[in-house]
Amino acid sequence: MQVISNTCTGCEICVSSCPFGAIEMRDGKAFITESCTLCGACIEACEFKAIERTGEEAAAAAKDLSAFNGVWVFAEQHKGGISSVTLELLGEGRKLADKRQTKLSAVFIGHGIKDKARDLIAHGADIVYLADDPALKDFNDDSYSAVLTTLATLHKPEIILAGATAIGRSFIPKVAAGLYAGLTADCTVLDIDPGTGNLLQTRPAFGGNIMATIVSPNHRPQMATVRHKVMKPAPRDDARTGDIIEVKFTQTGAVRTRVIQTVEELSETVNICEANIIVAGGRGMGGVKNFHLLEELAKVLGGAVAATRGAVDEGWIPYSHQVGQTGKTVCPKLYIACGISGAIQHVAGMQSSDVIVAINKDPDAPIFSVATYGIVGDVLEVLPVMIRKFKELRG
Amino acid sequence: MDYLLTEDQIMIRDLARQIAVEKIVPVRAELDEQNKFPTDIMKAMAQADLFGIYIPEEYGGLGKKSFELYIAIEEISKACLGVSTSYAANALGTYPILLHGSDAQKKKYLPDIASGKNLAAFGLTEANAGSDASGVQTTAKLEGNEYVLNGTKQWITNGGEAQVYTVIAITDKSRGARGASCFIVEKGTPGFTFGKKENKMGIRASSTTELIFNNCRIPRENLIAREGLGFIVAMKTLDCSRAGVGAQGVGVAQGAIDECIKFAKGRVQFGQPITSFQAIQHMLADMQTQTEAARALVYAVARMMDSGAKDFSRASAMAKLFATDTGMKVTTDAVQIMGGSGYMKEYPVEKMMRDAKILQIYEGTNQIQRNVIALDMIKEATRQK
Amino acid sequence: MHIIVLVKQVPDTSEVKINRETNTLIRDGVPSIINPFDMFAIEEALRLREQHGGKVTAITMGPPQAADALKEAVAMGVDEVVLFSDRAFAGADTWATSYTLAQGIKKLGSYDLVIAGKQAIDGDTAQVGPETADMLGIPFIAYIKKIKAIADGKMTVERMMDDGYDVVESSLPALITVVKEINQPRLPSLKGKMKAKNLKVTTLTAKDINADENMLGLKGSPTKVVRIFPPAPRGQREILSGTIEQQVGQVVKKLKEQALV
Repeated sequence: MQVISNTCTGCEICVSSCPFGAIEMRDGKAFITESCTLCGACIEACEFKAIERTGEEAAAAAKDLSAFNGVWVFAEQHKGGISSVTLELLGEGRKLADKRQTKLSAVFIGHGIKDKARDLIAHGADIVYLADDPALKDFNDDSYSAVLTTLATLHKPEIILAGATAIGRSFIPKVAAGLYAGLTADCTVLDIDPGTGNLLQTRPAFGGNIMATIVSPNHRPQMATVRHKVMKPAPRDDARTGDIIEVKFTQTGAVRTRVIQTVEELSETVNICEANIIVAGGRGMGGVKNFHLLEELAKVLGGAVAATRGAVDEGWIPYSHQVGQTGKTVCPKLYIACGISGAIQHVAGMQSSDVIVAINKDPDAPIFSVATYGIVGDVLEVLPVMIRKFKELRG
Repeated sequence: MDYLLTEDQIMIRDLARQIAVEKIVPVRAELDEQNKFPTDIMKAMAQADLFGIYIPEEYGGLGKKSFELYIAIEEISKACLGVSTSYAANALGTYPILLHGSDAQKKKYLPDIASGKNLAAFGLTEANAGSDASGVQTTAKLEGNEYVLNGTKQWITNGGEAQVYTVIAITDKSRGARGASCFIVEKGTPGFTFGKKENKMGIRASSTTELIFNNCRIPRENLIAREGLGFIVAMKTLDCSRAGVGAQGVGVAQGAIDECIKFAKGRVQFGQPITSFQAIQHMLADMQTQTEAARALVYAVARMMDSGAKDFSRASAMAKLFATDTGMKVTTDAVQIMGGSGYMKEYPVEKMMRDAKILQIYEGTNQIQRNVIALDMIKEATRQK
Repeated sequence: MHIIVLVKQVPDTSEVKINRETNTLIRDGVPSIINPFDMFAIEEALRLREQHGGKVTAITMGPPQAADALKEAVAMGVDEVVLFSDRAFAGADTWATSYTLAQGIKKLGSYDLVIAGKQAIDGDTAQVGPETADMLGIPFIAYIKKIKAIADGKMTVERMMDDGYDVVESSLPALITVVKEINQPRLPSLKGKMKAKNLKVTTLTAKDINADENMLGLKGSPTKVVRIFPPAPRGQREILSGTIEQQVGQVVKKLKEQALV
């Protein structure tokens, strides 16, 4: 990024346009500091066309990109069952593969999962790379990334997608590091740039206040983790055909990490990341004594109970229920925010919900700016009414 | 107000404030209600080096002086006087060693007090020795290389929680006040036990118990200074700690003002926030002005003490007297402004008001402070003749 | 034990505001803090040092002012700090950042454990930990909520998963990222603050860490940000009025119409 000094009028518009605070005024002209990320916001902002990209980008060592072909998804499974995020990845992967007129492959890693490989084809995969081995039974960063890295080195896919789950976010970066591939975390929109054929990866940044579109122009594969419940799951079509290619797993070197024990924490409510309906409470609930109202509403609706950091810090509910920047990011179909003011950190974790109902006695509470429907009133009075009405609805 | 604090003093104030806000405020009501000693908070304060502020660097402290200690006391007092009493009483229990202890005693006890590993307590008051300190009946008798202690101390802050106790006992009954001596007694010494925890009106986060000595044998080297100097040690100790009680008064007053104005801004009566009424405005103005005056006096006395002044009994008595009377008055006014809400446990000011009362009583009642002040004035006037 | 903590300086996002007209961050007066998740990493390192002895080194990559974050770490009790700062590092994505940190760590000599927060609150990628581990050639375990044991070149940890946790054993050295549940970070100490006040932070450049300049900063980053734009506005927004009974009635009706309940 450089400023064409003769053209710059010193109007300072670019200074305020820079999302990264990377432009300063020096001697009456714009000056781009080392905080610049090359996002190009200033190029668009400058009315005098006084800012341009340098040849740096083009000069960066380009790989032979044409050697890479095909869209891959990492088909996450849990105890042999295909995870719901995998179906979403197959749905999205299918679209991208069609746009690129290429094949969609699924990489399926685990043990005792052979009979499930067909399901991946029914949901849109053309090829399934199946690594079925006792050593792969438990998730292990080393072995899972070894399988995927080896396959990717051999077959050179141009795109690899994985779920932004605990597993995906743990080992996919390791694969990207080894392949010198660009990786974008937690994408909510994927598309193909019609001109360059690059994968356009869009994700929320700065707590969801800004969306950023990211590409990896000179590196392949292009890798992304995708947020759960954002993409549409692929429909099942048992008539689809495809190839299942079994991959042998060989342990190279010593086993450095191993799972000794897996503990499932039974919660009376559903995992909030999976829930379609969430009833969430904040400090406005006034105390743990009122949380039964949330539980009751969640029960009536068949949803899960979540909370803000404030409520968790008060000890009203365990951390596993926390939504927001330091908790979980959720995108249910319906999110009912009860006595939640709407701090930016909380909103970051729930604003992708389809419909948001906010209940707050303060009509100026920031939560109302993200709410689809806002109810102004004391949450402790509103909730019993709501529970009653939903109960009536359900008969 | 700019209090002209140094960079290090600001650092101490800010860290103490951070502890007060993050660790103390969230639990103060619970500590009060459950009469619970704040063990976790004391640990956090130890980790932050707050216990070593006034202890010389050679003994593991920060080498600062009274002013820096008072700044920390004030900040903690804004949040909870119960916690600040536990904290300040630690300094009270340490002063006899710091001021009059031998190098060996300092080396043995001060580093663990500075690090917060050990807590200290001071034992002077007895059933028959409150304002009249000469009524002490606890005795210490030298037998060979050991002193044998017998008697009971009453209302001792940090009793049961402290590891190190500095205790005043009579070594020679015939000499009256000159027959008292000061000793170091460690928790766990056979013959040394604690009475039940007192159930107090306020400062309920602090522990107050009896210290019971029943043929308690301590090594001879635990005598502080010399036999017969017990009351001098005690008076010098109280001279140093008294202005710190004043700092508690300033802190609780400011804490109450901060809570009260926050409430008053949001409280609407007759269609407007009550802060728009002059009756409230004038009360707030008086509360803050009185608090600033108290603070100015406490800071001035602290700076005088730290500059090496020899005799500051009167000064520290005035700081204690004025600042704690202010603390009581301002907390009472804060409850008044907040009305019914102020009286309820949902808000912290009722606790502040209950807590503040002790400041006018302990470490010398405010009546005794007036005696100290007046006698010193008269003494000076006599000298000048 | 020698424990290395990866620290990132981030804007305190609770105070970041967005200018809705230009759709950019208002950065004026926004304070910088240590990434909150890294505070858990620092605390865990200090606790391990208290139990097992040794030293804790905190490192960061960033502009010269990132030294402030390292000073905060010193105030909490970290023994040594190193800042990797060079114009060549600017504009790095997670890959190039990880490369820089890995080169830097190699320069620090032997170590037993590297700890980082699970992610940074400004980027939320959670990628620098695992990518750095890969480049160092050491095992990586994410989302640690408890270190159960460390002895004889091995450690046992509890890793949070979406529906529970795994008990995982790993050889050392290793790199772990930690979650909020692992501990409660301590406050700084006065002695630490005084030490930090007078500290001159060791700064290493690209040359000092023997980095390949083609892999640094913007040049070495596979990903590029090509566009920044406001999130799509949410559908129609409706603040209801009327009695509670009426408001709730309307919401229930609307949700029913949309087949959400």
